[in-house]
Amino acid sequence: MGRLLLVAFEPHEAAACAGFAHALGLPFDVLALSGEPDADLGAGKTMIANLSEIPPADGIAKAIAEVARDYSHIAAISSMQSKDVLARVAGLLDAAMVTDATAVQSPTIFQRPMVAGSIIATVETLCEPVVLTIRPAGFLTAQRRGVSPSEPVQVTVDSKAKRLGATNRGGARPDLTQARIVVSGGRPLRDAATFEKVIGGLADALSGAVGATRAAVDSGIAPNELQVGQTGKIVAPELYIAAGISGSTQHMAGIKDSKIIVAINKDPDAPIFEAADFGLVMDLFDAVPELERKVRG
Amino acid sequence: MKILVPVKRVVDPFAKVRPTPDGFGIDTTGQKFEINPFDEIAIEEAVRMRERDPAVDVTVVSIGGPECEEQLRKALAIGADRALLIETDRTYDPPSVAAELAALAADLKPDLILMGKQATDDDCNQVGQMLAAKLDWPQATFASKIERAEGSLTVTRETDTGEETLELPLPCVVTADLRLNEPRYIALPGIIKARSKPLERRPPAAQPKPRTRLIKAEAPPPRSAGRKLASVDELFAALKGKGVI
Repeated sequence: MGRLLLVAFEPHEAAACAGFAHALGLPFDVLALSGEPDADLGAGKTMIANLSEIPPADGIAKAIAEVARDYSHIAAISSMQSKDVLARVAGLLDAAMVTDATAVQSPTIFQRPMVAGSIIATVETLCEPVVLTIRPAGFLTAQRRGVSPSEPVQVTVDSKAKRLGATNRGGARPDLTQARIVVSGGRPLRDAATFEKVIGGLADALSGAVGATRAAVDSGIAPNELQVGQTGKIVAPELYIAAGISGSTQHMAGIKDSKIIVAINKDPDAPIFEAADFGLVMDLFDAVPELERKVRG
Repeated sequence: MKILVPVKRVVDPFAKVRPTPDGFGIDTTGQKFEINPFDEIAIEEAVRMRERDPAVDVTVVSIGGPECEEQLRKALAIGADRALLIETDRTYDPPSVAAELAALAADLKPDLILMGKQATDDDCNQVGQMLAAKLDWPQATFASKIERAEGSLTVTRETDTGEETLELPLPCVVTADLRLNEPRYIALPGIIKARSKPLERRPPAAQPKPRTRLIKAEAPPPRSAGRKLASVDELFAALKGKGVI
C-alpha cells in the first residue's frame, strides 16, 4: 500500500492539504520545511526541517527527493513555490505529476482544470511515485484528530543558484491563493493609494486577501503578484468580491471556482453580473467603504 | 552563448475551447493554432539577447507533427537563427518532453534553455523544472527580468509574495512569465527572411513513456447569474445569511 508525503513550505499549508490527504485515503506523513504545523491532522509523523529560509529550487528539490524516496505520493498546496520545486522533485524521481488537482477519485485518478479552466480533465497516473500540487478548495476541511509525533529531519541543501535578494510585499495579509476571502479591484480604482485604501480597507476588515485585474496591474495601480486571472493567480475562496471589475474572460478564468462571487459595478451591463451570485449596481467608491463600515460594525 | 528555446504548438489561447463530443480530448475543429504565448515571450527574450550580442545563437525546437513547422517558421520570423523539428506522431506528457529535451541538450550543449513557464493548453507548468532536474542545472521559473553577466545570469522571478533575484551559473534553465517582455509584431521582412533560415527535422532520441493519461475531458458546470441587490444593506444581509462574513 502507498503512503503520502505532504510537503509544507509554510507550516499552515499542512492543515490546508490534510483534507486532500484524507480524500486520497492513504496514510500520510508531513515534511515541514519551515516552522511547526498543527500536530492533530491525522499524520503518522511530522518531520521538522526547521529551515529559516527555503533555498532555491535546485537545492531544496534534492533535499525533498531524498526524504520522499519511500513514498508513493508526494503533494503540496498549489502555489508558485510548490510548482517551482515539486515539478523538479518529480523530475528527480521520474515521477508522474498532476498539477492543480481539484478532486481525487482513487490514488491513480485525479481531476484538474486545463486550458484556463475551460476543461475539467480526469487524469490517470500510470506509474509511481505521483507528485501533485493541490488546490484545497475542492476538498473538505480535515477532521482534527490525534496527536502525531514529530521528529527533526536533517536536510542538506546545496544550491547552484544563489538568492541575491527578495521582496515580500505581502505584509500581514493572507496569501491570495489560499485566502478564505478575496477582495479585488480593477482600473476604476485610479491609483495605488486609492486602491490600497478602498480595496485593502475592505480586505482587512474581512481578514481577506487583495487581488487585482490585469488592467489594474498593467496600469501600475496594483503590484504584479496580486493579478488574478488566466495569466495571473487562480483563486477559489469562499467569498470573492469584485469591485470595479467588468469580468473579462481572462479574469473570470481565475475566479470561477470561488464559492460566492459578489460583483460591485456601476455599469449594469458589465459581464461579471452574469456569473456573480450577488450583484450590486453601484459606484464602488460609495459601496465598498459602506460595506467596510458595516463589516467593522 | 547558445540558447535553446523549446516551443509548443497550442490551440489559440484566446479561443473558446470545448471538450470533444466523446469526452476524450479537446475539440480543436476549426481552431487556429499558435505558439504557446509564454514560449513566444521566451523567443522574444532570446532574440533580444542576440540583438545586443551577435555572439548569441538562438535555436528553437518543437516536438510534434509536420504542422509544427508553422510555429517554428514564426519563431524564425521573430528572429531565431535556426529551427529543429523533432518529428513524431506520439503523445508526449511533460516528463516525456523533458526527457526528449534533455537528450537534445546533451547533443546541442546550450548554455541556456529558455522556455515558457507553462503551456496554455494543458496548464501543467512542469517541463522546465523536470528538464532542469534531469540535466542537474539550476533553474529560475516565472522570470520577469534576465540580465547577463560573465558565466552567469541574474534573473528576477515572480514569487507568491513579491519577487526575488537569483544568480544562476550557466548552463541553466529559465522559464518566462508574462512580464518578461512584450513580443514584437512580426514585420514582413522577418517573415521573408524566415523562409531561408535552416529548419532541420530529426526523429526523437527515444520513444515517449507517458506517466499520465487523459481519460476524460468535460466542460465545467456553468455558473448562473445570481441575484441583483438594491443596496449595501441587502448585500451585507445576504452575505451574513450565507455565513461567509
